[in-house]
Amino acid sequence: MDLFANVDWPEIARATRDTLFMLFGSMALTVVFGIPLGVLLYLSGKGRLAANPVLNGVLSLVVNILRSVPFIILLIVMLPVTVVLVGTSLGVAGAIPPLVVGAAPFYARLVETALREVDKGVVEATQAMGGSTFQIVTRALLPEAMPGIIAGATVTAIALVSYTAMAGVVGAGGLGDLAIRFGYQRFQTDVMVVTVVLLLVLVQILQMIGDRLVARVSHR
Amino acid sequence: MIRLEEVTKRYRSAAGERVALDAVSLTVAKGQVFGVVGRSGAGKSTLIRTINRLETPDAGKVFVGDREITALKPADLRAARRRIGMIFQHFNLLNARTIAQNVAFPLRLEGRPDAEIARRTAELLDQLGLSEHANKFPAQLSGGQKQRVGIARALACGPEVLLCDEATSALDPETTDEILSLLDGLNRDLGLTIVLITHQMEVVRRVCDRVAVLKDGRVVEEGATADVFLHPQSPVTRAMLAEGEGGETHDASAVPAGGRLARLTFRGAATYEPELSRVARATGVDYSILSGRISRIRGEPYGQMVVAFTSGEADAAIAQLTAHGVMVEAV
Repeated sequence: MDLFANVDWPEIARATRDTLFMLFGSMALTVVFGIPLGVLLYLSGKGRLAANPVLNGVLSLVVNILRSVPFIILLIVMLPVTVVLVGTSLGVAGAIPPLVVGAAPFYARLVETALREVDKGVVEATQAMGGSTFQIVTRALLPEAMPGIIAGATVTAIALVSYTAMAGVVGAGGLGDLAIRFGYQRFQTDVMVVTVVLLLVLVQILQMIGDRLVARVSHR
Repeated sequence: MIRLEEVTKRYRSAAGERVALDAVSLTVAKGQVFGVVGRSGAGKSTLIRTINRLETPDAGKVFVGDREITALKPADLRAARRRIGMIFQHFNLLNARTIAQNVAFPLRLEGRPDAEIARRTAELLDQLGLSEHANKFPAQLSGGQKQRVGIARALACGPEVLLCDEATSALDPETTDEILSLLDGLNRDLGLTIVLITHQMEVVRRVCDRVAVLKDGRVVEEGATADVFLHPQSPVTRAMLAEGEGGETHDASAVPAGGRLARLTFRGAATYEPELSRVARATGVDYSILSGRISRIRGEPYGQMVVAFTSGEADAAIAQLTAHGVMVEAV
């Protein structure tokens, strides 16, 4: 008896590829938007270099709204926006805008937290050496916060893995989609097991890479 | 070199307004080591931070050299800060960078050419005995070594002024000594003007030419270190000296009946002269020493003691001591 009778391996391979594209595409954009947003949240905070209660309040509200909408709802709400942005709401391309909108605010908060962990004395010393605000951010704050920023990226990437599974609902494809359509709806337990194991392996690899990078940049 | 004119700084909080600096005026001459002492909360930290405008005063003016720091535009302020080095209690090194990169950091911020940065960094590491640690990270160094890195970094851009914010407060006594010798040497060899704040009287005694005592944001006493230490005027100074140095405390019950108390202060070479026994022999007074200390203030020897003249011509003895340059005060 074939243990994996229902498993269509080429289909699994395609789904794995789709998941990886969604993950890396959305992760790259999440970092691109999340880091500047996190820096702005930090800088505009009370007692910080560019303290601005209005800007901080607005950014904080937007971030909190996006973070409080369940991802499954965000996927549907984002549909018209996605069509405008990438021309389709289907497939890997269609999944990336909602994934980024869901993950970037989350990552921005993690970046903000990592920046807050940096000793205020380092900021003060850089100011005393004649550093501009831009130099303080790029030469002192971000490098000093790098372990936290990378650890945050790892957490975010793993959260994105489960978001990509949900993106199957709007026709994005990927391993999660396979697990729902075949494993769950057609009771093909073998497909379910294979997809879940692949997702687990993916999460393990991401965590391992993240931990190694953190160890490399950490000099405490 | 540095002049503060009526500098006032207030902090507002939910609990109300607190005055950290209350119309403080100070002048620090070029090449001087100037100490500011006071208890925690006296405003020392705020004071030193107004000099490079890490704190902007609410009123008053600050001059460094011929520049009015309080009137500079942001870009000019950054340029001025490059000529004002600063070291900190907790060193404030960049943990993600090596020792060499930390020392090079201010030069990088200024955008100097790579070759110059490499040359200047190697020179500073060598000067401060840090060459063997060039590729280590701050976490691998001891407190004293970290402060040396802080000093090397502060000197990188060739400052005219060095600000020391409790620079030895986190160090053990031996390392404190080493760092103070280093600062003393920089002052003598480079003619660097140094402003240091501390709550340790010992630090002032070792390296400062002049000292100002701060209490509740006001300067309560200011003068040459030896004058302030030997003849403190304000209660705060007396209390801080008594705590920091064991002070001059004699047991009142030990004073002989009918004895006349006097505080004698010897300074400079006179410290080691047998003045007291000479005068005692000449005038026939007897005395007992109730407390005393012989030490140095910024390298200058001094002796100070409280004696009780128990018999004989105390007035004549006091007159002769005074004539020989000993300062005599009634206690």
